[in-house]
Amino acid sequence: MSVAPTGETSTLLPVLEARGIAKAFGPVEVLTDITLSVMPGEVHAIIGENGAGKSTLMKLLSGHLAPTRGTVAIDGEPVIFNGPVDAEHRGLVLVHQEILLAPDLTVAQNIFMGRELKRGLMVNDREMNRQSAEAVRSLGAEIEPTTQIARLSIARRQLVQIARALQVPHRVVIFDEPTASLTPFETEALLNVIRDLRDKGVAVLYISHRLPEVAAIADRITVLRDGKLIATRHAAELQPVDMARLMVGRDMSKLYPEREETATRQNVLEVKNFEVPGYASDASFVLRKGEILGFAGLIGAGRTELFEGLVGLRTAHGEVKLNGKPVKFHSVRDSMSAGIVYLSEDRKGKGLLLAQDLRTNLTLATLGKFTNGPLIERKREDKSLDKAIADFDIRARRRDLLAGQLSGGNQQKLLLAKMMLLEPSIVIIDEPTRGIDIGTKEQIYRFIADLAKAGKSVVVISSEMQELIGICHRILVMRSSRIVGEVTGDAMTEDEIVVYATGVKINEAELYSAGNA
Amino acid sequence: MSDTKVITDTRGFGRKLADLDKTAVAPFLALAALFVLGALVNPNFLSIDNLLNVLTRSSFIAIIAVGATFVISAGGLDLSVGSMAALVAGIMILFLNSGAVDGDMAMLAAGVVVAIGVGALAGLLNGAVITIGKIEPFIVTLGTMAIFRSVTVWLADGGSIAMKSIAMRNMFRPVYTGVFLGLPIPVWIIIIVGVLGAFILYKTSFGRHVIAVGSNEDVARYSGIHVNRVRAMTYILQGICVAIAVVVYVPRLGAATTTTGMLWELQAITAVVIGGTALRGGVGRIWGTICGAFMLEVVGNIMVLSNIVSEYLIGAVQGTIIIIAMLVQRTLQKKKA
Repeated sequence: MSVAPTGETSTLLPVLEARGIAKAFGPVEVLTDITLSVMPGEVHAIIGENGAGKSTLMKLLSGHLAPTRGTVAIDGEPVIFNGPVDAEHRGLVLVHQEILLAPDLTVAQNIFMGRELKRGLMVNDREMNRQSAEAVRSLGAEIEPTTQIARLSIARRQLVQIARALQVPHRVVIFDEPTASLTPFETEALLNVIRDLRDKGVAVLYISHRLPEVAAIADRITVLRDGKLIATRHAAELQPVDMARLMVGRDMSKLYPEREETATRQNVLEVKNFEVPGYASDASFVLRKGEILGFAGLIGAGRTELFEGLVGLRTAHGEVKLNGKPVKFHSVRDSMSAGIVYLSEDRKGKGLLLAQDLRTNLTLATLGKFTNGPLIERKREDKSLDKAIADFDIRARRRDLLAGQLSGGNQQKLLLAKMMLLEPSIVIIDEPTRGIDIGTKEQIYRFIADLAKAGKSVVVISSEMQELIGICHRILVMRSSRIVGEVTGDAMTEDEIVVYATGVKINEAELYSAGNA
Repeated sequence: MSDTKVITDTRGFGRKLADLDKTAVAPFLALAALFVLGALVNPNFLSIDNLLNVLTRSSFIAIIAVGATFVISAGGLDLSVGSMAALVAGIMILFLNSGAVDGDMAMLAAGVVVAIGVGALAGLLNGAVITIGKIEPFIVTLGTMAIFRSVTVWLADGGSIAMKSIAMRNMFRPVYTGVFLGLPIPVWIIIIVGVLGAFILYKTSFGRHVIAVGSNEDVARYSGIHVNRVRAMTYILQGICVAIAVVVYVPRLGAATTTTGMLWELQAITAVVIGGTALRGGVGRIWGTICGAFMLEVVGNIMVLSNIVSEYLIGAVQGTIIIIAMLVQRTLQKKKA
């Protein structure tokens, strides 16, 4: 499918170049004088914190936005893109971070959407199905082309999306955080796809938060910070720790706080034979006072649903004892009153009202504390917001911003602040650092450690094994709706977790974790 | 934590507070423009008498639309309000004719209580079926629209239900025709309903919950808000508003007919939407809604006062207005994005 480079490769002319490009929105410049290039057969990774300007840069390079200064060049010739379709015609393809597929259509219908193959007046389904199956197979997966997208897992949808993007003749492929929702195995498969592309002479721009992955795949790495280019280095010269340091502008070797033995022997929560129909069965575990308990597992293992069931957000049954007393939560309000809060992994869809301001979001779960009779007291709400902004280091340019205008990290801090107003004794945090820059990650880890130090109990559900290992006292692993293992102390390694999470020891897993060292 | 300045936002630099307020101000600007147009068409348009008259006539829709603002802000829809008004009016008059309570004044007071009770129950029915049955509000209220209308026709035996007691009619009439401190009573009722509506929506936790549910039901649920209770409550408020409108409507003619309240749901929804409330929920503007209801009546008034367009086309003009209002809302929102 790719337009294979011919003789020009030897001349080593960059396929795609940014020459001093800048982008301003109104008076504010979000990207300043970026110069970088990508060669045929090269993987060039772009890393940086959220808000560093990575996505803006990609939009400039793929024709979604026009630069305010500077030029983009293809094969050394300056070009002005007339929109993303024009860029595609020139062989430039962007694989979006979000899944942009029609859920009710089939895999093949999505892959060929907008460029259907025809036979006379009718669409040629048979040919499209055949080519789709082939395209997906070339990505190392088997997906029936007539399957509805809605019936696929997020990871498989991601693959379909990549297959769709690669359907266009391409010389440069830009991946915008493609592994955000993938498991280690799927990530490894995707990295192999990218290696294939590279070997075929395609130029790849790769944006990611996950530094080990970047180290594993990139030939060159460019670090952005605050809209400026900090450094472009050969991958061999940069360890993940150095990358992190360049990204945040300070030493990041201490990402995780010092582990303290805050866990006591006192059982705060005892769960026995807990069942969330269709998602979790026969779940039994205890949570101790001052403990940080991790829940590991692949996406879809039932971790989120188990805890949603536990706090009354889903139909569930089983034995739950809080401080030794049996409890039953009919609604999430019940569990909140009992001192248990659950922070959803889906910050934008279930955590915050993106179209409402910070104050409304902050006090939403605790409005009763801010009312005098039927009247809401705005002044007290404002005071509380002041305190939250200070305590949680929420960085908002203005106080009247909408929650949707905050960066992912600041949204997470706002969500934390909101739920902490409930003064919980048990905090369940689902994917606490998904889509969050590394500086904020460190803050959130410290915050979790402080909660435990203050005698509260924390459950952390995460697909990032490194972070569970970094902050938890104990990790439970779920697979296919069941809790299948527990790791503590020195046994808390990615290998050990992966064995439980997948049920088999697979060499690729070791290969992946080797990249993390 | 670090001296690195985090750029919190790379997309929203165009969004200023001023943009947010445009949708709130737009209906009032449109009303001002209509005033200018009206004055140009006919000098009598701007007379206090004419404007108060128009405002009085807009009262039914304005009061109902305040309720609709709650329903729509919470992400719902109520198509049954017109039929509900007819049913409530019919039952209220039948009750007044029954002589169940001694004394005309006490009878009228009891009639008002019955009307509000019936309205609240009808709203509860809508709310309960929508939340417990988990059915689209559009479908449920389409169904109850037919049910309420049909029951009214049945109660009226295909004709009309009229107040029998002339004395009671005379006693009740001032509720529509009376004047208090220089303002017609219906205008006072609009003001009271508006103030109460604005208080509930903007100042109470219930109002905040309405906006939260309309903004994102999942977030509301995960925040421990009883979503179904809030949604059902908006339909009950809607029913009560319909009943209040009926209490203003009945003294005007002293009767309910099979066509009472016909197409009021369209006018109420139009008033809400041109008032700046988002049809998808999450934004509610009480005063914008009242302004919208007023505008609909002003348009009719201008058409009557001028000879440019036949007044038979009033429905077409109102229909055009709602479409234009949506286009304006869309444009203002695009500028924000």
